[in-house]
Amino acid sequence: MQKKFSFPTLLAALALVVTVPSYLPAGQAASKNVILSTTTSTQDSGLLDVLVPLFEKKSGYSVKTVSVGTGQALELAAKGEADVALVHAPSLEKKYVADGKLLNRRLVMYNDFIILGPANDPAQIKSTKSSAAAMKRIAASASRFVSRGDNSGTHNLEKSLWKSAAIQPKGEWYIESGQGMGATLGIANDRGAYTISDRATFLAFRKRVTLAILLEGDRPLLNIYSVMEVNPANGPRVNTAGGKAFADFMVASETQAVIKSFGVEKFGQPLFIPVAGIREEQVGE
Amino acid sequence: MELVWEGIKHACWLLLSGDAEVLGITLFSLQVSGAATGLSLVVGIPLGILLAMKRFPGRSLAVSLINTGMGLPPVVVGLFVTIFLWRSGPLGFMELLYTPTAMIIAQVVIAFPIVAGLTMAAFQSLNPNLRLQLLGIGASTPQLLWLLCKEARLPLLAAIMAGFGGVISEVGASMMVGGNIRGQTRVLTTATVLETGKGNFEIAIALGLILLLLTFAVNLLLTHIQQREQIRWPKPS
Repeated sequence: MQKKFSFPTLLAALALVVTVPSYLPAGQAASKNVILSTTTSTQDSGLLDVLVPLFEKKSGYSVKTVSVGTGQALELAAKGEADVALVHAPSLEKKYVADGKLLNRRLVMYNDFIILGPANDPAQIKSTKSSAAAMKRIAASASRFVSRGDNSGTHNLEKSLWKSAAIQPKGEWYIESGQGMGATLGIANDRGAYTISDRATFLAFRKRVTLAILLEGDRPLLNIYSVMEVNPANGPRVNTAGGKAFADFMVASETQAVIKSFGVEKFGQPLFIPVAGIREEQVGE
Repeated sequence: MELVWEGIKHACWLLLSGDAEVLGITLFSLQVSGAATGLSLVVGIPLGILLAMKRFPGRSLAVSLINTGMGLPPVVVGLFVTIFLWRSGPLGFMELLYTPTAMIIAQVVIAFPIVAGLTMAAFQSLNPNLRLQLLGIGASTPQLLWLLCKEARLPLLAAIMAGFGGVISEVGASMMVGGNIRGQTRVLTTATVLETGKGNFEIAIALGLILLLLTFAVNLLLTHIQQREQIRWPKPS
């Protein structure tokens, strides 16, 4: 056997990797961490990459952004696993506020949902001006429709549209992707199907898909984002002060100005329109 | 196909231009998975040796558990580690969720059964007479274990590679317990998922290629160590 066997050297090297990283102890004092539970669209649009560093610099807090579907984001906040929630499902949000799980719901910004489909529009929804009528025609013609199926904000909006059209979507034509908006757009594009997307995600994907915007501007298609603080009674160790600081930051006028200009450079139009301080009924007017 | 070329070009550009964020993510992935592999060796190798060499009640159950553990789905590990680390969970007081430490914990849970299982197999495939011979010439227990480890070093290095490969490439657990937080817990796999979600396919492909390169480089190193030390059987005289 040779003497140079380097198994111990290898172990030593690995031990070094284990011990060297200075990040290993969780470090910061607990109260300096704010956990933000939010939806994928705020992250995927890149907005949080701009806003979070601004907030951290201003407040001294360190933000842990957990971006999941709106349903899960609200549930995490209701369990006290987050300190503040930034989501977009008004009817669902109001339930959590009514139950006292979330506090101080404030509007932050909005954009809109659009109904997309193949350019030849087999269900003829382009001529309707109402989203409920469009959903009826899609179901009546059994044209393929791809649903997120993940209790996200977009999925909740879709469910409310089916409800207002008095339709229980079911059948071969109704496809549930169970994935994020980007993947869902890809599936709809592939299958020549209709789908609903927030405008920001569609803009990011427009080069990759041939789907056309077939319906937009209908009031039920408004996509309103709100920020809510977490009730400290929801669980141990909720950082109430940190959560409130982030919520206050989102509606502050300087932040709202940043939101207003975000995306103009890349897409030629803002992705979100700030609405802090405006009543919900007035949004979009 | 054009997209793949764009991705390859983008990967080269990111690597050559020394993009600070990508470089940071790459080093961080290496640190987290390196640390997890290291810790899983500390747990897995002794456990594997124990299971290979000792007979005790419940051993076959333990062996079955380890063998099952070799195929643990990362996303299930992620789910359970998350529940344990939740503020409301048993370890919530440690405030570890969405930290690198949480990612290392999850990856150790994924990697140590792989290391233990392969170590066990390595030791069981040694010639049983070797142990008797070593004991016969008066080896102490530590000496015996050390010599057996040396004898089994080729499969042991394979165990390290398998463990590292298992954790550097997993995304489910890192996403759940780390949260893919920019500058804090973002690794190559979770960044790839994020960029795909954003529709930035070139960047996603580039990150994927960097991950492959990294895994390749680490395995090249380990293979080099492994194969340099081929056992040289004495030539029959």
